[in-house]
Amino acid sequence: MKLRKVSAASAAVLALALTATACGSDDGDDSGSSGGKKITIGIKFDQPGLGQKTPGGYEGFDVDVATYVAKKLGYSEDQIEWKESKSADRETMLQRGDVDFIAATYSITPQRQEKVDFAGPYLLAHQDVLIRADDDKIKSPEDLNDAKLCSVTGSTSAQNVKEKLAPKAQLQPYPTYSACLPGLQNGAIDALTTDDSILAGYAAQDQFKGKFKLGGFKLTNENYGIGVKKGSDLKDKINKALEEMVADKSWDKAVKDNFGPANYKNEPAPKIGDIKS
Amino acid sequence: MFDFLQDYDLLGAFWTTVQLAVLSAVGSLIWGTVLAAMRVGPVPLMRGFGTAYVNIVRNIPLTVIILFTSLGLNQTLGVSLGANDVETINFRLAVLGLILYTSSFVCEALRSGINTVPVGQAEAARAIGLSFGQVLGNVVLPQAFRSSVVPLANVLIALIKNTTVAAAIGVAEAALLMKEMIENEAQLLLISAVIAFGFVVLTLPTGLILGWVGKKVAVKR
Repeated sequence: MKLRKVSAASAAVLALALTATACGSDDGDDSGSSGGKKITIGIKFDQPGLGQKTPGGYEGFDVDVATYVAKKLGYSEDQIEWKESKSADRETMLQRGDVDFIAATYSITPQRQEKVDFAGPYLLAHQDVLIRADDDKIKSPEDLNDAKLCSVTGSTSAQNVKEKLAPKAQLQPYPTYSACLPGLQNGAIDALTTDDSILAGYAAQDQFKGKFKLGGFKLTNENYGIGVKKGSDLKDKINKALEEMVADKSWDKAVKDNFGPANYKNEPAPKIGDIKS
Repeated sequence: MFDFLQDYDLLGAFWTTVQLAVLSAVGSLIWGTVLAAMRVGPVPLMRGFGTAYVNIVRNIPLTVIILFTSLGLNQTLGVSLGANDVETINFRLAVLGLILYTSSFVCEALRSGINTVPVGQAEAARAIGLSFGQVLGNVVLPQAFRSSVVPLANVLIALIKNTTVAAAIGVAEAALLMKEMIENEAQLLLISAVIAFGFVVLTLPTGLILGWVGKKVAVKR
C-alpha cells in the first residue's frame, strides 16, 4: 500500500516536471508566430567572451556570429534554441541531428573534418598565455620552459605544451579554465594557456579587469569554423552569411563588443575556406 | 579501426591507474583499520572522532576532495608532499585524497566484519586479562578481516574506478588519456569502449579472485 502511494506521488512529481518543462520550451514557439519553425544551435555555455549563459540570456562572439547566421538563414532571434555542446559531444550532436549547426570554439582539424563539415573559418585564433599583469619574467615563448602552466585536462592546448611548445614546462591541468585562475592570481601558477580568444574573454570579465594580460605569442593557429552535419546544404548558406557579416562590418563590431576590454589584437576576418595550419 | 591507438601510451596510462589504486588501497587499508579500531574502542573522544570522520568524509564527493588537495592544500597552503615537479606532486596529492576518502568505506566494511565476531569471544578475552589492544589485535580483528574480504573487495573495485577522478588534477592516468584521445580523434564511442574494457580487465579478476579468497578464508560458524 505504502509503495503504491510513493509511486503515485513520484508519478505526479514527474508529470508536473514534464508539463513545467513543456511550458518553458513552448514559450519560444508561441511568440515567434511565423509558423513555429525553429533552429537549434550548439554553443558553449561556460566560456566568457565566446559563448556564455547569463541570467539574461546568452552572450559572446560565437553567440553573435550564430545569431547573425541564423538571421540570414531566415530565423529571428526568438526562433533560436540554444543548446550546450561540450567539446567531446560536438561531433555526436551533429551526427545525431540534435543541433542544426555548432559555433562553439570549434577548431577545424583534419580528424574532425572526417566526421563533420565545416563552414568558415570565421575567426583565426592562436594559442597564447594569460599572465599576471605585473609579471615581467615571461617575455618570449622560450621563457615558458621555466614556468608553471595551467590548462584544461586533455585539451589541444595542454597537449601542445607537453609535446611541442615548452616540453620542459610544468603543466597543471584542471577540469575548467576558471579553476586555473585562483592559482594564477596567488602565484602558484605562472600562466594559463589556451586560445587567445578564450583568454581574452576571461581577462575581460569584471572581477579580473586589470589583473591579467595576454602574452601575445601566437603559438599555434586555430581556425574556428561552424560545424554542420556531413553533406548538409547548410554549409554553403552559412559561408555566404559569414561573408556578408564581414562585408557589413557586423563582424568587427562583434569582435570589439566581446573582446575589447582585454586589449586583444584580433586577426582580420579570415577568408572562407582559408584554413591556416 | 583501432589503428589510432598506436599513437597513445595506453598501457602507460593504465599503469598509472594501477599505481594509484595499489598505493591508495594499501594506505586506506591501514588508515581504515585505525579508524575502525577507534570506532569500537573504549575512549569516547576517539569513538567520536572516528564516527565524525567517517560520516563527514564519505558524504563529500570525491571530486571535491581531490580538487581540494590540489587547489587548497597545494596551491593555497603550499603543501607539496616532498616533491618538486607538478606531476609527482599531483600524483601524491591524488593518492592522499583517495586514501582519505576510501578509508571511511574500509572502516565501515571492517566494522561490519567486527560485528560478525560473537560478543562472547571479546568478553572471554577480557576475562582472561587481555588489554583492549590484545583483544582487538589477537582475537577480534583476525576474524573480522576474514569475514570482510568480500565487502573490502567491493571497496577496492570502487577505488579502482574512482582513480579516474584523479584526472581532475592532471594525473596522467587512463581517464586523462581518454580525454586527450577524444579531443584529437573525434571517436567518442570507440575510445570510451576501449577505456571501459581496460577497467573491466582490472576489476573483473579482482572481484572474482577476492570473492574466491573470501569464501576460502571465511570463519565457519
